[in-house]
Amino acid sequence: MIIANNISKDFNGIQAVKDVCFQVNEGQTLVLLGTSGCGKTTTLKMLNRLIQPSSGSVHINGEDIFSLKPEILRRSIGYVSQNNGLFPHYTVAENIAIVPKLTGWDKNKISQRSHDLLKQLKLPAGEYAGKYPDELSGGQKQRVALARALAADPPVLLMDEPFGALDPITRAGVRKEFLELPELKSKTIVLVTHDVQEAFELGDQICLMDQGKIIQTGTPKDLIFRPASDFVRNFLSHQRLQLELSSLKFEDIWHRLPDAPSGLEADLNSIQSLWEGMELLSEKKQEKLLVGHADNSAVKEITIQTIQSVYLEMKRNP
Amino acid sequence: MSEQQSLWQFMVQQSDKLLDQTIAHIGLTCISLVIAVAIGLPLGIWIAERKRAAWVVLGIAGVLQTIPSIALLGFMIPLLGIGALPAIAALFLYALLPVIRNTYTGITGVDPAVTESAVAMGMNKWQILLSVQLPLAMPVILAGIRTATVINVGVATLAAYIAAGGLGEFIFGGIALNNTNMILAGAIPAALLAILLDFLLSLFQKARLKRMRKVAVILPVLLLLLSSFYIIPYTQEKILAGFTPEFMGRQDGYLGLKSKYRLNIPTVVISDAVMYKAAFEQKLDVISGYSTDGRLKAYDLVTLEDDKTIFPPYYAAPLVRQDVLAKYPQLKPTLELLSDLINDSVMTELNYRVDYEKQLPEKVALDFMMAKGLYKKPQSGASEGIIRLGSKIFAEQYILINIYKMLIEGNTNLKVVTRTGLGGTKICFDALTNNEIDMYPEYTGTGLLVILKPDKKTLDPIISDRNKVFDFVQKRFSDQYQLSWLKPIGFNNAYALMMRRAQAQSLSIKTISDLKSYLSNENHQH
Repeated sequence: MIIANNISKDFNGIQAVKDVCFQVNEGQTLVLLGTSGCGKTTTLKMLNRLIQPSSGSVHINGEDIFSLKPEILRRSIGYVSQNNGLFPHYTVAENIAIVPKLTGWDKNKISQRSHDLLKQLKLPAGEYAGKYPDELSGGQKQRVALARALAADPPVLLMDEPFGALDPITRAGVRKEFLELPELKSKTIVLVTHDVQEAFELGDQICLMDQGKIIQTGTPKDLIFRPASDFVRNFLSHQRLQLELSSLKFEDIWHRLPDAPSGLEADLNSIQSLWEGMELLSEKKQEKLLVGHADNSAVKEITIQTIQSVYLEMKRNP
Repeated sequence: MSEQQSLWQFMVQQSDKLLDQTIAHIGLTCISLVIAVAIGLPLGIWIAERKRAAWVVLGIAGVLQTIPSIALLGFMIPLLGIGALPAIAALFLYALLPVIRNTYTGITGVDPAVTESAVAMGMNKWQILLSVQLPLAMPVILAGIRTATVINVGVATLAAYIAAGGLGEFIFGGIALNNTNMILAGAIPAALLAILLDFLLSLFQKARLKRMRKVAVILPVLLLLLSSFYIIPYTQEKILAGFTPEFMGRQDGYLGLKSKYRLNIPTVVISDAVMYKAAFEQKLDVISGYSTDGRLKAYDLVTLEDDKTIFPPYYAAPLVRQDVLAKYPQLKPTLELLSDLINDSVMTELNYRVDYEKQLPEKVALDFMMAKGLYKKPQSGASEGIIRLGSKIFAEQYILINIYKMLIEGNTNLKVVTRTGLGGTKICFDALTNNEIDMYPEYTGTGLLVILKPDKKTLDPIISDRNKVFDFVQKRFSDQYQLSWLKPIGFNNAYALMMRRAQAQSLSIKTISDLKSYLSNENHQH
């Protein structure tokens, strides 16, 4: 768990971050969202003391981060940056081994660990462990950077625009892999992005920031359906329909959907969003799909029309 | 072809010396390089994080780099004396800038995203320096070390001027003696050495980034190993001689001292620019000077009598192209106005005013002309032609050509341009025969032994007689080179061995034979 309390930062008299407070529960992902220059990256870097806050306090898992030596603190916090920051003179395996080595793991444990991570990230160790970063594609580099951040199994992960340097197609692919990675499910994550779609896809909570201050903190649903101000509304206006559909899950509208005969194999899960349902419908070019409930064996049937009418009903009568 | 063979023969014949010089050369280069890296690398790292300090440090190192190498060596002598120490210090200063600058550039050029991720992973400053910044900066740092190496191999040839040894001994000896083989025997190994060291370092530089960690270990070890070749030859002897490279190679110099006097004296090679001062400061005890040198007076040195006459006469006279004399018949009588006008003590006095009192040669020449009543204002009529005067690179020649300039311009309608500082005999003589200058003052002994180089049979009957030598060179130069020796100026600027007056008196040494017997007694006692 991360608790940031009134953290501020000024650079030569200019306030970059003003009294920012938030809390990230264990295993949750908080997204710091905003335009460039809004203070989101500065806020992130204050959490592992890459930037020293001017005032305020940060506790990670109950410990005041200023009570630790910065090096020791950082070894327990994974960090992924936009430009991957891989050591160009280290192989993939050596890059991954950096933090475990610093914390004194033995050789076998390190090699076992990097082997596992590479396998999870679909970069088989046999082929990739001995390669150098400049022999990898952008997406592969970013996956190695993630593996490096996860190597010593830190409870907390900080990610600064982790997909920012990738082209849109690669970005969508890598993001999907991240979402599915079992390692990440248990981590407490703070992620910085300017991409609204990405924030909605990855964030349990989103902090929308502007000019160094938090404008609104909440779930994606809170932000899109209960914006705190016109700023929030305007910020999200471009992709409103898509964001609304992404923030609604089938379980939110479960009782409004028509039943399907139980026992059939479902195409989707009730915790997936309406947007994902629409995507799958158009991808598979099928009239209808089946959604299974996450907790029981109930199955519902969806078509483009049902999603559309349920969505409109929801809007009229929330 | 025969030229090449004789070069090879020369190198084989002198292989002992060549090996010594090469080893000394490698040693000088590598020791200074090791010190430059030991100091420049940390300094470059230190300034990489401090912009203002970087500006100051790089500025100072840059200024040091612009000091001409021979001047830098000169500055070192009052501080560190002669020998290996000042040479290494000067070379070190030269190597410093490329090392500091490339370390600075290399480290500041490391991708900030990489260093940031290193910090974010919990590496401390030293870990980041050693495993990230230095390895990534290593190709740039190595490029700096390569530059420094090549500079140092070149500059180290000048170390021969201050008794530090190295391949410069052959190069400068060869230039002074008009001996192309000797020049090449020093220059070719020096060039090869530069290429070889550069190539070796380029191998390190091209090594893949991953091997940089190994390079960082191997390179210092290798440099230290090469440095250890150099055993500083500067031992504390009771009597130490310092001779110029030219003197070392001459029959009427060191070789004659050995064969005729059987003189066996611990010797270092040194430039005459610093030799007198080194004798005065008791760094050297015996030097090979010129008998009219002003510093003789300045430093209270005495010449030892050449009782077995190995030093031939060196009477100065204008050496002129015959076509110029024919074209301007008024030139010869004008130049001969100076004949027999300057004796040894007058010349020593004139030299003293330039060398020691730091008066300008022009002023000293003018005062002399005034005193002798020879000065006339330059003629105002239309110029009939231009006479190009050359001079070697020392005060006496500067004074003489200034006197000749005034004589020519005062007594004829000819204009004069001067080309001073043409290095040694070879450069002046080549300029004259290639029609780049019309005349320069030369010495009869030099013409005989450096340019004509007759065999022993021809030499022996004439060598100790001033008139026979003059007649011989006059005839031969006219026949072979169409050059004329005009009447001598009067003084004899011959080689002489010199000692401090006080030391010579206390050891009762008056002649070279005295020196010889003093040295052999010393040896017997040990």
